[in-house]
Amino acid sequence: MLSINDLRASVEGKEILKGINLEVKPGEVHAIMGPNGSGKSTLASVLAGREEYEVTGGNVIFDGKEILEMAPEERAAQGIFLAFQYPVEIPGVTTINFLKTAVNEIRKYRGESPLDAAQFLKMVREKAKLVSMNDSLLKRALNEGFSGGEKKRNEIFQMAVLEPKLAILDETDSGLDIDALRIVAEGVNSLRSPDRAAIVVTHYQRLLDYIVPDFVHVLYKGRIVKSGPKELALELEEKGYDWIKAEVEAVS
Amino acid sequence: MSTETIDLKTRLITDFHARESVMNGEASSEFHQKKRAALAEFDRLGFPTIRHEEWKYSNVKDLISASYNFGAEGSVGFAELEDLKIPEQDANIVYFVNGHYSAELSRFVSSQTEITISSLSEAYKKTPALVTSYFDELTKGGQDAFTALNTAFAQDGIFIHVPDNQSVTHPVILRFVSDARVQNVGSQPRNIIAVGRNSSLKLAEAFRTLGTERSFTNAVTEIYVGEDANVEYYKVQNESDNAYHIGTTQVRMSDRSHFYAGTVTLNGRFTRNNLNIVLDGERCDAHMYGLYFPDGTQHVDNHTVADHCKPNSESNELYKGILRDRAKGVFNGKIFVRPDAQKTNAFQSCKNIVLSPDATMNTKPQLEIFADDVKCSHGTTTGQIDEEALFYMRSRGISRPEAMALLMYAFCADVVSQIKIDSIREYLEGVIAKKLAS
Ligand SMILES: Nc1ncnc2c1ncn2[C@@H]1O[C@H](COP(=O)(O)OP(=O)(O)OP(=O)(O)O)[C@@H](O)[C@H]1O
Ligand SMILES: [Mg+2]
Repeated sequence: MLSINDLRASVEGKEILKGINLEVKPGEVHAIMGPNGSGKSTLASVLAGREEYEVTGGNVIFDGKEILEMAPEERAAQGIFLAFQYPVEIPGVTTINFLKTAVNEIRKYRGESPLDAAQFLKMVREKAKLVSMNDSLLKRALNEGFSGGEKKRNEIFQMAVLEPKLAILDETDSGLDIDALRIVAEGVNSLRSPDRAAIVVTHYQRLLDYIVPDFVHVLYKGRIVKSGPKELALELEEKGYDWIKAEVEAVS
Repeated sequence: MSTETIDLKTRLITDFHARESVMNGEASSEFHQKKRAALAEFDRLGFPTIRHEEWKYSNVKDLISASYNFGAEGSVGFAELEDLKIPEQDANIVYFVNGHYSAELSRFVSSQTEITISSLSEAYKKTPALVTSYFDELTKGGQDAFTALNTAFAQDGIFIHVPDNQSVTHPVILRFVSDARVQNVGSQPRNIIAVGRNSSLKLAEAFRTLGTERSFTNAVTEIYVGEDANVEYYKVQNESDNAYHIGTTQVRMSDRSHFYAGTVTLNGRFTRNNLNIVLDGERCDAHMYGLYFPDGTQHVDNHTVADHCKPNSESNELYKGILRDRAKGVFNGKIFVRPDAQKTNAFQSCKNIVLSPDATMNTKPQLEIFADDVKCSHGTTTGQIDEEALFYMRSRGISRPEAMALLMYAFCADVVSQIKIDSIREYLEGVIAKKLAS
């Protein structure tokens, strides 16, 4: 489904991704962990098409198509969704209006007819229930004045509405209380299916108790330096990153 | 270079004297004496150059270098106006074509006990003393050449009088059409709006152009807001790419009155709006909202004044603009707080999005405060579209142009929502959405 090959990217002349290789098959969940500043959000952003980052090498194939030349909206229409580590506040645009535009733009791109107001509302209500998203939040300006947890929940709500093939969650768990964490995880799990996949960036094993990954990768200094089964996350939680850093230094 | 300047000025002055010479007895009327005084003022001031502080960023050289047929008869029928229409609602609709009142196109729904609406020339014929008592009372001595010019040539426009204790239910919509299909045309509409004590009125002025020749509109509106009165005034400019517009709206507010102004410049070659509000009463509040969308090489200049003369009043101002291409915008907002005007609250904000590196916005807040117990704040911002917000929206599948349009629309929304005449707000919502999507 997703194949990342020797991906290199830099910002302001500084190389941040230094050759990432990752293979994600339909139905899989991959967790990406790693110390602060190692490039996790950069990888997520490059996959979603943030233009600030200059791709200096490698390629990314999604569903058989090279996506690096695609605009962010095109990638979204192809089925890629990024839940932001820091969701953006957009004054004056209500969440509901924003989502309606997004849904219908994607439908248009796929050659489908737009949803009418009633169909859209029905769908939105169902999804809002799924992630216990308060109705009043939907009518407010997108993320404006939302609490940290509300913003994260809104990301998952949008994901539920857009039903992406590949969801990339960038620290969606940080800032969530225990109940919200469970709800968010349920939202993600409800989308799990043999033809969808997810990449979950997190610092904590906690989330992975709910969203059980098939693989865990450690990103360090712009490279995936270790990959393993879900138990790797437990090991990291217990021992921290020093032993991995030491391994990397020993090799280089 | 300056010979052409002298040309238009000289031509206008000669024209004035020619008209005067065929006036018979009317030339000695008080009304005409006011015009004569204004002509002398215009003669003394001359057209402003960019050396004039109030015209530093707005050069009228191009405007005055052409000649215009002032008062050309336009024969415009409903069919030709179809495209220019604002969707109808129950409103008093008054048409002016090239400055001439059109009885044929106009339509009145309000009762005459609520409101008197007539063309200025008719009103003057019927009640010369009443009209004279209002005419130029708010604008005289204003040190503005264009206003003086308008006063000197004032012939037609609207005269609205709302007696005391009348709440006028139907809005009054004034439609000024420049018919520039065959020649350069000029018009100088003069409007007088007097709203009595404890009365209310919703009023709009809409400016449109037919054709692509040059049009020059020099409009002046004087608004009297009586004690406890409530007046909403909207000015909507959607003129041609070859339209030059200079307008002054001069307002005087009395005790406990409320005044709302919304000034929306959708299109026009060169636009200068002066909105001067004298808060000449206690406990009154004035609200000024503005929006402008210049593109190409268009120029939009808004000069506003909130002049606080008495204690306990409030003024509140929000102007917003989106500038593209090589457009130029100017905002100059003056707040005066006179020594008597203790406990004044005055707020001013001007926010702009500049979409092109070649577009420029000049903002100048100007506060002159002579009282000590006042709350004043002002702020101006000029920035680009928020790239972070744009990426967020695009990552959800919204195309770049659509995301831009949504963000820009959101930027304008708090001004548009202030417009309380439904048909005009809806019209603006449509036009703005279309404009932003292009
Ligand atoms: N726009 C930018 N300009 C300059 N440096 C940047 C930019 N974006 C990222 N970086 C740098 O790239 C490196 C990787 O950042 P990134 O946000 O990808 O880390 P991360 O792994 O997500 O960290 P965290 O766990 O703290 O979220 C950091 O050193 C960061 O400062
Ligand atoms: Mg990060």
